[in-house]
Parts: sequence; C-alpha cells; structure tokens
Amino acid sequence: MSDLEFHAVLKTSDLDPGEAKQVLIGRKEIAIYNLEGAFYATDDICTHAYASLADGYIEGDRVECPLHGGCFEIKTGKACTPPCVEDLKTYTVKIEGDQIFVGLPRG
Amino acid sequence: MSAETYLVIGTGQSGAWTARTLRDEGFAGRIVLIGDERHPPYERPPLSKELLFGDMPVEKTYVFPEPSYGEKSIECRLGVAVTRIEPAAKRVHLGTGETLGYDKLMIATGSRARPLPVPGARLPGVFYLRTIDDTRAIRAAIRPGGNVVVIGAGWIGLEVAAGAIKLGAAVTVVEAADRVCARALTPDLSAYLLARHRAKGADIRLGTGIARITGEPGASGVVLANGTTIAADLVVIGIGIVPNCEIAEAAGLAVDNGIVVDEMGRTSDPSIYAAGDVTNHPNAQLGRRIRLESWENAQNQAINAARAMLGKGTAYAEIPWFWSDQYDLNIQLVGLPLDARDAVTRGDPAADQFITFYLKDGRIDSAAAINAGRDVRFVRRLMQAGKIVDRALLADPATKLQGLLK
Repeated sequence: MSDLEFHAVLKTSDLDPGEAKQVLIGRKEIAIYNLEGAFYATDDICTHAYASLADGYIEGDRVECPLHGGCFEIKTGKACTPPCVEDLKTYTVKIEGDQIFVGLPRG
Repeated sequence: MSAETYLVIGTGQSGAWTARTLRDEGFAGRIVLIGDERHPPYERPPLSKELLFGDMPVEKTYVFPEPSYGEKSIECRLGVAVTRIEPAAKRVHLGTGETLGYDKLMIATGSRARPLPVPGARLPGVFYLRTIDDTRAIRAAIRPGGNVVVIGAGWIGLEVAAGAIKLGAAVTVVEAADRVCARALTPDLSAYLLARHRAKGADIRLGTGIARITGEPGASGVVLANGTTIAADLVVIGIGIVPNCEIAEAAGLAVDNGIVVDEMGRTSDPSIYAAGDVTNHPNAQLGRRIRLESWENAQNQAINAARAMLGKGTAYAEIPWFWSDQYDLNIQLVGLPLDARDAVTRGDPAADQFITFYLKDGRIDSAAAINAGRDVRFVRRLMQAGKIVDRALLADPATKLQGLLK
C-alpha cells in the first residue's frame, strides 16, 4: 500500500448511514459514502455527464445520479443502469479512530 | 453462432442502445448499425449545452466508448445512408449501392430540424442545431459582443440563447407564440423562464413572426413580420423537429406523425421495429398515443424494443421525462405539464429551487422541478403508483416525498 497517500477527509460522525458527501482532495472531487456503517469512496462525478453523485440517491448499495438516473455499485464502481456504461473509479478507505482517510496514488 | 442478421438503421441514441442491448441480451448473430452521420453514435443533449459553450470534449457525447462496438462485435457503417427498405425481400439498399439482407430490422432514424420557410433561411450564417457539426459551426461563429438572433423560444432556442450569453454575445430571441416553450410548459413556468432570460440580458420578442433573413453574402439581419430589422452576425433557427419516417412510409409501413408502433416497438411489418423520436407509440401512463422528442425515450424505448426483437419484450409504459439546463437552472419535467388548473408548488421559486406539481383527480399528473433533481425519482414513483396525494403535505418542503410513497 506504499504507493497510496492517505488523506484525512471526514469524521465518521459527519455521515449518517445511507448518506454521501463530496470531498475535495486537491482538485479531485471524491464522494464518500456510509453504507450501514461501512465507508466507501468513488469519484464523485458521474462518468456519463457532469453531476455530483454525492447529491444523488443511495438505495441499497447503489447510488443513483441525480441528473439522468444512471446507477453505480458503490463498492465496486460498476456502472449498472443506462445511461452509464463506464465504471466509476473507487478508492481505498481506512478509518483510524473517528477519522476517515482516502488513499490516492502518490504524485 | 446464430446465422441471423439484425440491422439497425440510425446511429443516434436509439440505434446505439438497440445494437448494444441486442448483444448484451444474448443475441449471437450479426448486428449492423448503419447511419449517414460520420461520428460514432452520440447523445444530443450536450450539443446545445456543454458542447456549445463549455469545454466538454466531443468523446464525452458518445453513447458508448468508440472501441466498445468492436469489442461487442457490432459492425458500424457510419456515413452510409439507407435509401430504401424492401420488406418483402427483407433487405435494405444503401447509398453505396450495396444491399444488405436482414432477419429483423430496427428503424431508429430519429428526426431532423424543421426548416423555416422564409426567404434567406439558407444564407451562410444561418444555422440549425441537430448534429455535432452544427454545434461546432455555431460555436465557431459566436463572438463576444456579436449579435446572435435565435428564432424560436423552445428548448433548443433557449439553451442556445443562454449559451450565447455565456459566451458574451448579445442575444435576441424571436418567438411566434405568446410565451416561451409553449408546447412543453404551463404558462406559469413559461413566465418564470422568460423572466430569467430577460434578467440575463436576452431580448425576447414574443408573438413575433419572421418575414425574411437578409444579407450578402451571409446573413446580417432578420426582418420581422412587423417590418423591424434586427442586426445579426449569425442566426440560429430552433423551431422544432420533423420525424425521419419517409423511408418507412416508402416501404409501406403504417405512418401517422411518426412510424406507428405498438408498446413493444413493433411496426405494421412483423420483422420491423422502430424506436425513438421517429415513433408514434402508445403510452399507458398518458392513456394515448404520442410521439416523444426526448433523450430518455430514445434510450428506453430502444432498449425495450431491442428486447422485444429477442422475444423478451414487455410493454413500454414510461412516464415521459425531460430536462434542460439554462444558466444556473436545471429544469426537469416529469409527465407532460400542460394542464395547470390544479397546481401545487413546493419550495421557493424566488430561490430557484422548487417543484410545481400538476394534479388531476388528486394524483400527480405531471411535475416540473427546478434545481430539485434529487426529488424527481420520488415524484416519478408517486406518479407510477398513482398515489392520491395530500396537497398540504406535498407543498411542505419539510415533508419527505419518500414518505408519501408509503
């Protein structure tokens, strides 16, 4: 994991189960999700058009884009309904105490 | 490998989704996607939005990444027109002189911009907006401080106006009807949008006809029916679209304001299907036939019809859904909001975040959401479920729409 640099983003208490928030790491927009107490991170911008998935709707372990209704699996980033066909990037999340960290490749 | 060949005519949203769905749903035969445009299949909504005045790369408009057609063994014949269908022989004639046989055929020929029948409408500097090439030409012609005249205050006209203002041009919009988007919106929403455009500096002339477009060698002015001339460096005409159903009509298929299909996308010929803008189809939610000009219908009707081509069809019965982006407004319509007699507004129009519901018999018949995309899924579900809704609860932003579904 030495190729990842971990960035502190949110406290675990910032995000209720079933919620998502956008965070910025540098200029990168990343969505952090709380799925029943487990935290996940994906690119925040839909692969189809410019919309924030953190503004979308979470149902089960999928997030639905608020703009055109395409869905992604949060854990894998897999695009699962039209119009989305390109998968989302996912990122490693680690929790230390109540701090959520997201791992991005260095550089 | 099945020896069957399925042809898809038209490389827009419907054609691309037909080909892709056929393959993804297990069709193992030959799929050929044929159309006269040279670009890979692309989505049209960005053409009057991000591609026109933003920095969206053209590849982002593509329905599927270009290599995916090869990966899925979908043969693309781009830049090739289909000139004739022979249903009895089950083959099509191409502009190249070739013929191609089919076992099943999808007609997804879409629509084209409606021409404005006035003198000067073909001058250089007069544009329609329907293709990537149109968008590029318009973008290249718009200059900060230049005069853009938009003819037609429908969605395309208003999006172009908003985009041209963003690019620094002076914009005049000329509309024959007495309000903007009269075919798609209730009068209250037309007034809301009109006010926004005027506040942003667009000069909007309603109830105004066009006599001619003048200029030598290119367009330099638009002469209104009342004799006034408006200076123009470029003119963009957006007065609606016309379905491309001539090829179907010539083949003897039933055509009536679009190719007549059933809820499975079947035409009057058992081997031929159609989907998208070009179809006149039944809509169970609306309780009548309709021809829809929308991205969502182009996609979902095609997916549905492609499944039907494989014997897996279900009745297509979606609630029409549409969106537009103008300035900082994201406008989403669910159903067809035309009847404003029983309206309930939730949220604050002055804050540019609200939904207006139009009720019929106590149920939501349609709705318009301004910067409220998150709620739209629940509006749709309430409509699909045919829920009787409480007006006061609906109007109260503190009520979660989700809760009304129970």
